[in-house]
Amino acid sequence: MNYLFAIWAIVAKDVRSELRLRYALNALLMFVVTSLAVIIIAFQDSELNPEILSALFWIVIFFTAMSGLSRIFVSEEERGTILVLQLVASPSAVYFGKLIFNCGLTLFLSSAVTLLYVIVFPTFVIQSLVIFICTVFLGSLGFASASTMIAAIIAKAQAKSTLYTVLAFPVLAPLLITVIYATALSIQGDIWSNSIPQFQIMIGYLCVVVGFSFLMFDYVWKD
Amino acid sequence: MNRISITAVDIAKSFNYRTIFRDISFSLLSPSSLTITGKNGAGKSTLSKIIAGLISTTKGSCSYTLNNKNIDIEVFKRYIGFVSPYLNFYDEFTALENINILSRIRTMSRQNESRAEEILNLAGLRQRRDDPVGTFSCGMKQRLKYAFALLLNPAVLVLDEPTSSMDDEGIEFVRHIVRQQKKQGILILATNNRKEAGWCDKEVHLGMKKG
Repeated sequence: MNYLFAIWAIVAKDVRSELRLRYALNALLMFVVTSLAVIIIAFQDSELNPEILSALFWIVIFFTAMSGLSRIFVSEEERGTILVLQLVASPSAVYFGKLIFNCGLTLFLSSAVTLLYVIVFPTFVIQSLVIFICTVFLGSLGFASASTMIAAIIAKAQAKSTLYTVLAFPVLAPLLITVIYATALSIQGDIWSNSIPQFQIMIGYLCVVVGFSFLMFDYVWKD
Repeated sequence: MNRISITAVDIAKSFNYRTIFRDISFSLLSPSSLTITGKNGAGKSTLSKIIAGLISTTKGSCSYTLNNKNIDIEVFKRYIGFVSPYLNFYDEFTALENINILSRIRTMSRQNESRAEEILNLAGLRQRRDDPVGTFSCGMKQRLKYAFALLLNPAVLVLDEPTSSMDDEGIEFVRHIVRQQKKQGILILATNNRKEAGWCDKEVHLGMKKG
């Protein structure tokens, strides 16, 4: 229970810091709005089929995540607060605290993108709501879990933002392909059983990434 | 009083194939004190971080016991107070918030706020406890580091450049802390200052190594 309290205290710290500074939230929301504006301008007279809508949906989420999720560790490194965090918390508590924060941020981001998508694209009609919700939920957790570990790895590197995207894409590509396909199924109104293989991949991805990250985090966290 | 010991055996540390120091050994059992001395770049701060469990050794080991029982580094960290130029707090939080938030994470429980206020008062920060740390001077930040280090009455106190940025009153405050800690626990100082080096009973001198 005490260990869970430490994890929760780290999440609460990051939430409080983010609400006070609003750096990541503002940057991410602006990125979402800007990306959607560009898509609307580019496709204003075109009829977008479910596959394209689905791909664009996740492209916006992917690049918004790339622009903001690394801050969870990069900001600690830039502000010099890594040492105090190493002093007060065990590596695993830090990892899970940061992971939970990033999951919350990604779920918020996905919800914002979904809402804006529904408003600006009349053809974005979800026929199978359960498939869509599960896809966005599991996809967001998958994004957050991979992004958290990669952020920890690149936090001490130079050229952080470039390195982050370069490292993140091959790791996230399998998840991206899966969630794009599952989202297209939900727009088309496919049946639940046809999307089960996609959910198996997403859950397996999540388990592998979180498990691997938990085992490796000690070595990444300490000099 | 908890009896704590630190035993270092042939510690060496390298960064990118450059050896900072090697063959460092010492043993400390409370109450005792140790000064780490050496030129700039000799690795004084690095060794103090290794003792505090914040970075790992390249070779050798550092082990800890509490009341004659071996403890691992995560348990040892609960008994340590650490002050260093490399330690920074969150600028967007007030001094009181920093102390409360970080002690909550450290002790894995809700903390008594009156203790935080008491320790900030002792460190001379009572008037500024509700101001963001980003508005503090270097000397005030150093006092905050002491406040946080002393919050849980640490059995081991590691001070890297102990009087850095401190005024005369602050230096006297540090001397008082040093005297108290030497009586009741383990004190480790890392310093360039010969006068401060004389505050401790034992000394480890780090020489420049080329690896």
